[in-house]
Amino acid sequence: MLEIAIKGSKNYWLWIVFLLAVIGAGAIVYIDQFMNGLMITGMSRDVSWGFYIANFTFLVGVAAGGVMVVIPYYLHNYEKFHRITILGEFLAVASLVMCLLFIIVDLGQPTRMLNVLLYPSPKSMLFYDMLVLNGYLFLNIVVGWKVLEAERNQVEPVWWTKPLVYLSIPFAIGIHTVTAYLYCGLPGRGYWLTAILAPRFLASAFAAGPAFLIILCYIIKKFTKFDPGWEAIQTLSKIVCWAIIANLFFFLCEVFVVYYSNIPGHKAHLTYLLFGYHGYHALVPWMWTGLILMFTGAIFLVIPQLRNNKALLPFTCAMIFIGAWIDKGLGMISGGFVPSPLHHVTEYAPTRPEIMITLAVYATGFLVLTILYKLATQVKEEVGG
Amino acid sequence: MMKKSRRSFLKVAGIAAIGFSASPAITFASSDSHGTAQAVKSKNKEALFAHRWGMVIDTSKITDEVVESIVEACHKAHNVPNFNHEVDAEKYPNTRPVNHKQEIKWIWEEEFHYAFPDKEDEFLAEKFHNLPFLVTCNHCKNASCVQACPTQATFKREDGIVLMDYHRCIGCRFCMAACPFGARSFNFRNPRPFIEEVVPAFPTRSKGVVEKCNFCAERLAKGEQPHCVEASEGAITVGDLEDPESEVRVLMNEHYTIRRKQSLGTEPSVYYVM
Repeated sequence: MLEIAIKGSKNYWLWIVFLLAVIGAGAIVYIDQFMNGLMITGMSRDVSWGFYIANFTFLVGVAAGGVMVVIPYYLHNYEKFHRITILGEFLAVASLVMCLLFIIVDLGQPTRMLNVLLYPSPKSMLFYDMLVLNGYLFLNIVVGWKVLEAERNQVEPVWWTKPLVYLSIPFAIGIHTVTAYLYCGLPGRGYWLTAILAPRFLASAFAAGPAFLIILCYIIKKFTKFDPGWEAIQTLSKIVCWAIIANLFFFLCEVFVVYYSNIPGHKAHLTYLLFGYHGYHALVPWMWTGLILMFTGAIFLVIPQLRNNKALLPFTCAMIFIGAWIDKGLGMISGGFVPSPLHHVTEYAPTRPEIMITLAVYATGFLVLTILYKLATQVKEEVGG
Repeated sequence: MMKKSRRSFLKVAGIAAIGFSASPAITFASSDSHGTAQAVKSKNKEALFAHRWGMVIDTSKITDEVVESIVEACHKAHNVPNFNHEVDAEKYPNTRPVNHKQEIKWIWEEEFHYAFPDKEDEFLAEKFHNLPFLVTCNHCKNASCVQACPTQATFKREDGIVLMDYHRCIGCRFCMAACPFGARSFNFRNPRPFIEEVVPAFPTRSKGVVEKCNFCAERLAKGEQPHCVEASEGAITVGDLEDPESEVRVLMNEHYTIRRKQSLGTEPSVYYVM
């Protein structure tokens, strides 16, 4: 099936070359980081995780979001999702590739990364995160590939893909739950120390993932002969709608608890993010932008006339996707580290090399996504849907 | 199994680090050891022992001068880089400028409201405001860093000391997020250009690993007091928390002591006499 990926239009190859160029540029910067250490990043003693881990966290959500097409199709036999299920699975694969790459580029000693397997530590949440992330990646690759191959050959998928699909559902919930547990089980970090963190992560994941999938459906419709179907997109947009509202609701619950209880250790972080703290407010404009994008997106999705507007929907989805990225990618990680456990304020901003490496990881993910989507759409075109 | 091999590794490492002897494995692991004799795997008879090591810091005896000599003694002996040190351009050409936010510290001075942020008080007694407080790793009984570490590079010894294996650490920095006391530092860069004079008795670290106070485990193994205790002019005492007769327990009985962020339940082993 892979041979499909090497036959494409000029635009296809231009896009591939562009992605390879971004990857190449980032790889050169990464060599510098590999040789000289994470000193080239904006991270510090106080803010010891930054852009890499933040994007990792966000993309775990996008990967988990794929389950929002798997559940309706496989558990509820929702036929409209038949055409896009594979897109959700392949989006999860590409996102997980990025997640794993972000972990690797964040390590101080990447050559020792297999120590996690050599000295398994069942008390460490990172151990479980490694298990569920790799498990979910494996499940999606196998299931996606097998089902697509069967579709190409016009036969029923082999029987054992079904149990793997059912297994992938708890894995999808698992990857984002365990990722939240990385943060919310740490005693000294008030911003993360909340039981709502995992549900909130899942809510924003189920908004951002399907929102991105809708955008991808529009792109596919424009550039290929395969039509994912307007009805499927409409259903997806309802999923995004409820998920983003849940996310905002969970956030407001958090705001209430923090400000009404008035406990300083918890309040300081949210105050830093929303209003600035002791004169430091680098993230304040970002946070409000993110919140406004998510709120506006939610309103646009709640009102049926706006949700069903074919021209407006991709923009609404982009708003929600970007809003969720700011909330999780920028605020969630930095917010947990500022102020520090000793209540010093050290702000964080990614450096240019850090951003270039980040972009290269994204480009790698998009390369994987492009190739997988090329396969999927071509097969769908061949068999007519 | 794991515990046993680690314990024996430490016994050997303690001895190898001071350069008396080294097994082939240790010679391989620790570039600073020069010994060639067979490793001695029995416990040093002079070694200081405790069921659970603890520290009492008498804040009334801590002055700026004492702080300075303690920090210097600790950091020098453990090859902790000093980012203010002027780099030898011949030995380390093309060294890039430092980012002081990425500094390394094992023990350092903080003001009261940073050392005890949960005891913030607008009517705090005047005398505490500018008093120097020494902070370091608390060698917590329920250490959240030990729990977080995905490779057991950070581990707890039977005597309560939380130690690090710099050769196993993958640099994921989960322990730094887990520590509620900001006790841990990450080597964002090669620290060696910033070490004024390398002390061969203790290993230097490479880039990409986390480090912190080790309660001078290498000195206890030789029957010596930690560097900070020796430099403290009587302000710091270490001893067995579980022995009611020990010096630290006597001090705790005689004086009112507090610990940092006690409410989190990590059970710090460093006590402050107020």
